Amino acid sequence: MRAFDPVKTVSGTAVALPGDDIDTDRIIPARFLKAVTFDELGGQLFFDERFDESGRTKGHPLDEPARANASVLVAGVNFGCGSSREHAPRALARAGFRAVVAGSFAEIFFGNATGVGLPCLSLEHDDLRELTAAVLADPALEVNVDVEALRVSAGGRSYAARMPESARSVLVAGTYDPLSELLQGLDQTLLVAARLGHGARE
Amino acid sequence: MSRPKSLLDKVWETHAVRDLANGQTQLFIDTHLVHEVTSPQAFAMLKDLGLNVLMPERTFATVDHIVPTHTRAEPFEDPMAQEMITALRRNVAEHAVPFFDVGSGNQGIVHMVGPELGITQPGTTIVCGDSHTSTHGAFGAIAFGIGTREVRDVLATQTLALSKPKLRRIEVNGRLGPGVYAKDVVLHIIRTLGVKGGVGYAYEYAGDVFDSMSMEERMTVCNMSVEGGARFGYVNPDATTVAYLEGRRYAPTAAEWDAAVQSWLSFGSDTGCEYDDVVIIRAEDVPPTVTWGLNPGQSVAIDEPIPSPQDVSEGERPAVEEALAHMGLEGGRPMTGTRIDVAFLGSCTNARLSDFVEVARFLEGRRVHPGVKAIAVPGSERVKAECEQRGIDRVLQTAGFEWRAAGCSMCLAMNPDKLVGDQLCASSSNRNFKGRQGSPTGRTVLMSPVMVAAAAVTGVVSDAREVFGVRREVMA
Repeated sequence: MRAFDPVKTVSGTAVALPGDDIDTDRIIPARFLKAVTFDELGGQLFFDERFDESGRTKGHPLDEPARANASVLVAGVNFGCGSSREHAPRALARAGFRAVVAGSFAEIFFGNATGVGLPCLSLEHDDLRELTAAVLADPALEVNVDVEALRVSAGGRSYAARMPESARSVLVAGTYDPLSELLQGLDQTLLVAARLGHGARE
Repeated sequence: MSRPKSLLDKVWETHAVRDLANGQTQLFIDTHLVHEVTSPQAFAMLKDLGLNVLMPERTFATVDHIVPTHTRAEPFEDPMAQEMITALRRNVAEHAVPFFDVGSGNQGIVHMVGPELGITQPGTTIVCGDSHTSTHGAFGAIAFGIGTREVRDVLATQTLALSKPKLRRIEVNGRLGPGVYAKDVVLHIIRTLGVKGGVGYAYEYAGDVFDSMSMEERMTVCNMSVEGGARFGYVNPDATTVAYLEGRRYAPTAAEWDAAVQSWLSFGSDTGCEYDDVVIIRAEDVPPTVTWGLNPGQSVAIDEPIPSPQDVSEGERPAVEEALAHMGLEGGRPMTGTRIDVAFLGSCTNARLSDFVEVARFLEGRRVHPGVKAIAVPGSERVKAECEQRGIDRVLQTAGFEWRAAGCSMCLAMNPDKLVGDQLCASSSNRNFKGRQGSPTGRTVLMSPVMVAAAAVTGVVSDAREVFGVRREVMA
């Protein structure tokens, strides 16, 4: 099995996208799911928010030259709701984002993001509002995301963040891909399968 | 007697393989449903790792998202769609996974195929790389959507790493009024609890209304659990569940039947079991409901004014303003009278036999309004055949609906069925997200199939009870 690098801290400039309930159709529109690989996703991130129907830029924050190398996305509440498409966190990662800080996350998105090593941290309402304002005001603002200590810092301010321990522990250990551990449970899996009556049709 | 348990407790306990290092549970998955959009990368990962599908006989595949519904001729006009169906056919053949291909008589939206074939059974765990897997909860299954990496995990190990959610019981008691459908019930629940109200919870739907619902109605509600933030929702299995499953292809045979039924019913929540939350809704309070905004929680009763930015809190205002601007609507007025361009009957929420039977009852002798493009897309080849046997296709076509082949169609427009420009669609589907129906400026108004029919014949969003002369009960 491949080993993964621990995800302990992420530092860099940020893009803030205020607004709640950003769904995965916005993050990556369904037409870009017509593919048998994940290779093209980075450039398609938030495509319809960024470009008009003739492909001209709408001046979206993601396309501000000063934020071209941003590695932290700051979003609102219930980020990533809707479709289960893993293309959404993968598109964020391929576009260079290494962490998402938001008010809260939809569950399937959160699991998919954790599974590809993209940490998702939640902030309290007032802290998120302050961080969002700071990021909007200064494209060069360095945001530090400490996954291990669950703190987000920027511009001399530091905020306590939340993340379920089941996700935090695997990110900082680099064991966020559970496949090898699941494979180790094969004998017990087969016992449960037999107890549930599976295998009779084999 | 032991502590009373919920269905969630019982399914979790019987399917727990072991505890994982991070505190999650390794959970056994009875049934893995696969479709063409979220599986090719998972099969490729499997190959890269030198792994096989552990239980191909617990895995079932069909093709639904990308299939055209106006023609089945291959190669498809869209070469990428052809590549995706080809990849799925190759993967299922290589791994001996049962596959319900186009033309098999069993193809359809994956969440219709499972129940129709009796694959979906009470007390089981069911996953699929699709958020609307929650549909299968109608049978008392724990069924939820997963990402592509998790599809790989289930293919390779028939298990998943998962945390057990909290449980909220949602009771709807009393009797629904005339012209009020299962779709209205779930839209009303989402409006009441919010699109994120269910995050961290599983929903148990109960009460008089669910007890008297058909399986198809229960599926409509469970389907949209995820739109309320709950990864899954279920209805406890009962005689209705058992009757639905009898005789279906993958249902237990006669010799095993009685034991299977006893086992299924034993999974139902015990009286007195613990819930983390209980919500009680009066059926009489559920109106015909339509969305006005950009998520399924932004809805109103058909005769109720939609919100104005000045009526809502400062926190909600930007979302309301964005939604009204995108939808081209003015706050403070009801949705009735809003002109529609397209009427869409379809999707895993509402494309079952009973949906088309009910719509046909009202469309007999009526015509789709000039200028409205109306399409009816059965969710499965089986529903299509059943409708055609009963002449329902003729009624719909005579009324001016196009009668299509089975697929996801305009619910998410990964096929040629798309809105164009800022067309407004009266839709029986589940998501009114910006751009969802294929045009970035397209507009979606979610509603029950009968309300879609009413909008189709009048050309505007309408109260179906008035259009079709359904008598309103006098409220007590």
